[in-house]
Amino acid sequence: MKEKEYRMGVRAQGGLLYMQGIPGVAFGDRVQVRDHRGGLRNGRVIRSAKELVLVQVFEGTDDLDLENTWVRFLEEPFRMPLSPELLGRVFSGIGQPRDERPPIVSSLSRDVNGSAVNPAARAYPKEFIQTGISTIDGLNSLVRGQKLPIFTGSGLPHNRLAAQIVRQARLLNETSGFAVVFAAMGVSYDDARFFRENFESSGVLGNVVMFINLADDPPIERLVLPRTALTVAEYLTFDLDLHVLVVLTDMTNYAEALREVATAKGDVPSRKGYPGYLYSDLAEIYERAGRIKNRHGSITMVPVVSMPSDDITHPIPDLTGYITEGQIVLSRELNNQGIYPPVTIPPSLSRLMKDGIGKDDTREDHPRVASQLYASYARALEVRNLASIIGAEELSGLDKKFLAFAEGFEKQFVNQGEDEDRSIIETLSIAWDLLSLLPYDVLTRVSEADLAKYHHRERGAVEHDLDDAETRPETVTHA
Amino acid sequence: MGSIVEINGPIVEVELPGVRTGEQVRVGEMALIGEVIGRRGERAIVQVYEATDSLRPGEEARALGHPLAAELGPGLLGGIVDGVQRPLNRILEESGDYIARGLEITSLDRKTRWPFVPAQGVVPGQTLNGGDVLGTVQETPSFEHRVLVPPGVCGELLEIVPAGEYGVETVVARLRDLTGEVAELKLYQRWPVRTPRPYRRRDDAVVPLITGQRILDTFFPLLKGGKGAVPGPFGAGKTMVQQQIARWSNADIVLYVGCGERGNELVDILESFPQLTDPYTGRSLMERTLLVANTSNMPVVAREASIYVGVTIAEYFRDQGYDVVMVADSTSRWAEALREVAGRLGQMPVEEGYPAYLASRLAAFYERAGRVETLAGGTGSVTLIGAVSPPGGDFSEPVTSHTKDVVQTFWALSKALADARHYPSVDWNDSFSGYAGIAARWWEEEVDSGWGAAREEALALLTQAGELARIVNLVGPEALSPEQRWVLEGAGLIKEGVLQQSALDPVDSFSTPQKQMALLNLMLEIYHQGARLLQSGVPVQELLRLPLLGRARRCKSSYSNDQLDELKAWGEEVRATFEGLRGEYSQMAGAGQ
Repeated sequence: MKEKEYRMGVRAQGGLLYMQGIPGVAFGDRVQVRDHRGGLRNGRVIRSAKELVLVQVFEGTDDLDLENTWVRFLEEPFRMPLSPELLGRVFSGIGQPRDERPPIVSSLSRDVNGSAVNPAARAYPKEFIQTGISTIDGLNSLVRGQKLPIFTGSGLPHNRLAAQIVRQARLLNETSGFAVVFAAMGVSYDDARFFRENFESSGVLGNVVMFINLADDPPIERLVLPRTALTVAEYLTFDLDLHVLVVLTDMTNYAEALREVATAKGDVPSRKGYPGYLYSDLAEIYERAGRIKNRHGSITMVPVVSMPSDDITHPIPDLTGYITEGQIVLSRELNNQGIYPPVTIPPSLSRLMKDGIGKDDTREDHPRVASQLYASYARALEVRNLASIIGAEELSGLDKKFLAFAEGFEKQFVNQGEDEDRSIIETLSIAWDLLSLLPYDVLTRVSEADLAKYHHRERGAVEHDLDDAETRPETVTHA
Repeated sequence: MGSIVEINGPIVEVELPGVRTGEQVRVGEMALIGEVIGRRGERAIVQVYEATDSLRPGEEARALGHPLAAELGPGLLGGIVDGVQRPLNRILEESGDYIARGLEITSLDRKTRWPFVPAQGVVPGQTLNGGDVLGTVQETPSFEHRVLVPPGVCGELLEIVPAGEYGVETVVARLRDLTGEVAELKLYQRWPVRTPRPYRRRDDAVVPLITGQRILDTFFPLLKGGKGAVPGPFGAGKTMVQQQIARWSNADIVLYVGCGERGNELVDILESFPQLTDPYTGRSLMERTLLVANTSNMPVVAREASIYVGVTIAEYFRDQGYDVVMVADSTSRWAEALREVAGRLGQMPVEEGYPAYLASRLAAFYERAGRVETLAGGTGSVTLIGAVSPPGGDFSEPVTSHTKDVVQTFWALSKALADARHYPSVDWNDSFSGYAGIAARWWEEEVDSGWGAAREEALALLTQAGELARIVNLVGPEALSPEQRWVLEGAGLIKEGVLQQSALDPVDSFSTPQKQMALLNLMLEIYHQGARLLQSGVPVQELLRLPLLGRARRCKSSYSNDQLDELKAWGEEVRATFEGLRGEYSQMAGAGQ
């Protein structure tokens, strides 16, 4: 069957090619389509029946002349050849070279769909990665094997942030082999070049494998691109024992391609026209991050997800948030104030932080300081709200301190240079500078010992200017 | 023997005459397992629990003659199984780090030998009925597994083996029923997961489930045998609440069903539970725990099956006379699996693409919770707690709203609270418990006769403070009267001193009912004392400056469950401070006159 070419297309529409009268085609297999000009396209069987075979064509079905379209069933799933030669190369979504160098030849190749990791084989990620970015290290720490997306909006500096993470990420007290797998789906040429130049100038290009699908490349290819990229990441991690950082950008483009194909297939839509299986489909990608017991390497994943109209409840960021282990959320408001990186703290979260920080990993006060910063900033934002209504002059002495805290927090803690690589100790020390703006009494989340050790003012000197009534609760008000 | 006609993702159509709906089948050369969900003439629709890649039309399909059934017997505890009850540790041994397809692995290990002791008084000649205890196996040092006569089997006991070590396949007893047919009983039995196991009578739930979480136990109690739900948007701390319940509940058995959730969360349980101590037995927590795992990247159809496998195992332990808690995280993923299959079958979607039978399936699932009189006459219960993951945090979506209709206890998690790192982020406005009246009887008898009144007062205070906070947000705190400011402070004490609870702090993670009550009483006492002082003319600023307010908020982590006497002693100090203030001010007032 592999040798045979069939010309039994009956319909071509929306990237799908319908074939009739071909017996026994395996579900999921790879397909080669030859169009009337002799151009080759790639495809995959997405439905197989005795009467009808449905082929998804990654390059799209535009300009296909059914009478002159020849289809060859390759009798194997989509596979990616794997070898150490991959490092430093650039590929398309289906693993074809994009850098004018020869294709990878290797006896080892794997099905790009992978298979599910046995939960009993997983090891819990708990090694702190220092990114040199205070909002991440201090408040939303990343650990090896975590999947931590950046939720962003159009025009926000997510690419610069992702590039900075790639440049600066390292483990405290360890130097071991690392690699970066960069998967770009539907990005602009400029963005792709930005990353390339960034990797080049920081000298990591030789450790990077890039998979690029540009905005004007066929969208269906975006469906296979992250799977190809992750197959390579798994090879680098579990065969070559490297620590791999995977950057996926932009998952929204991926989900849109999925919707496009689902609509063409006639799948029942759920929210906003996305198919009901969007969650499972995204999970197949995201859950390939992690660590495995008794293996040296790890896959840490930083997907970039743009929130359409900055809406965090949109299905793509929403479902992503249910699968990933936290999220870093960028805000337009902070960006407009010139703060970089514009990470907005309240909705940001790292679920795996608790086991990667503290006494033996970073510093003993780190967990409590993080919790205190969150709580104090939440209250400070409330005060700011209030100030915008009644005027800052009307605020109580304590509230004014909170206002100053919020200012300092955004300008000194959140804000930092694009090339500024802060150690975790520096980050914590800025945090204590800021917490010292507030009196002892309102710092209920840090311990007495922390206060004695790190708070700049001594207990006795605590000012008693709590002269007027406070709405003490730092909890949010329920409106 | 039949053959495959069509493959459409996890749905495979086969030509297999005579197969029954619900029957298990193996399809293709890889022998993937699936279940018949519908018939169309000679053809059957099969949902396959494993990925169907590389399957092709024309390959064979084979009916197995039985529905999806759980194997119930010794060896269940402490393990982790997938959505169709295959032990993941043995899959690991057979197929490595990734789950291979078409594996044939039995649920219970056939090699382990268990110490079986026949029950006292069970002798040949006696008549036994379904549900009767045949004997026991000490499965873990803290758990006695009771081997039961399977429901529906009864008759005269012909023989029973003496005490000794047996594998699960050993025939330990033979019964002859009235028709003369002989049934061989083994240490394990099978039960179809979609059929509830029978019991003698349904009883009212009367005893609260103690989870050691103050906002759950004191404010929105759940009963043993009750139904509860934990809805919340992502990042609100759903998993943490569920894990805390699994950790600290005063149940005999805890089943944690990870249904379409993160792999690392299950690893967290697998790695941390063996280190933790069950506060009731002093043994390792893992000895009473069982995990069912279908993570989000595992095939979607097995996700649908996983909660039925879980609840069937729960019922089996209930039938032995135990209290079982099953936590399902998350029922939304289960509903999505239903939706996906329904969509592939081309069934008419109703709300947000979900099939019309979503509500009835949800209700039927939760109906399997309950406190019952078992067939043998004992008492056991299954408590069901389902997490719900509403898209966008919107509680009006179908899964959340249908769940809300069937559960009695609703622990609504709030994004706003979680963003301020107020954990557990259970929202006191949106949550409810229909069990508070029944729970009050237990609390007032066992812990403190003032429970009901204290709970109501605290809730009222929180509501009042919520309204006042709205005013503050509009015009600032200056607009409030001193009494109103003190209400805000009182609510703050309750929120920070009682409701907030740190799962990571070893002292605070678990609160005994006595400590819960002591903390609540203390906060209310401070509020009352202060309110009285305000009336006698003490300015509210004076009160808000009291350092004891800060200390009161830290009491939860300063005093352990064993230090309640010290906590009470500190309460006396508080009272003395207020008395002192009162004295000062009445003097001043006297001097002024």
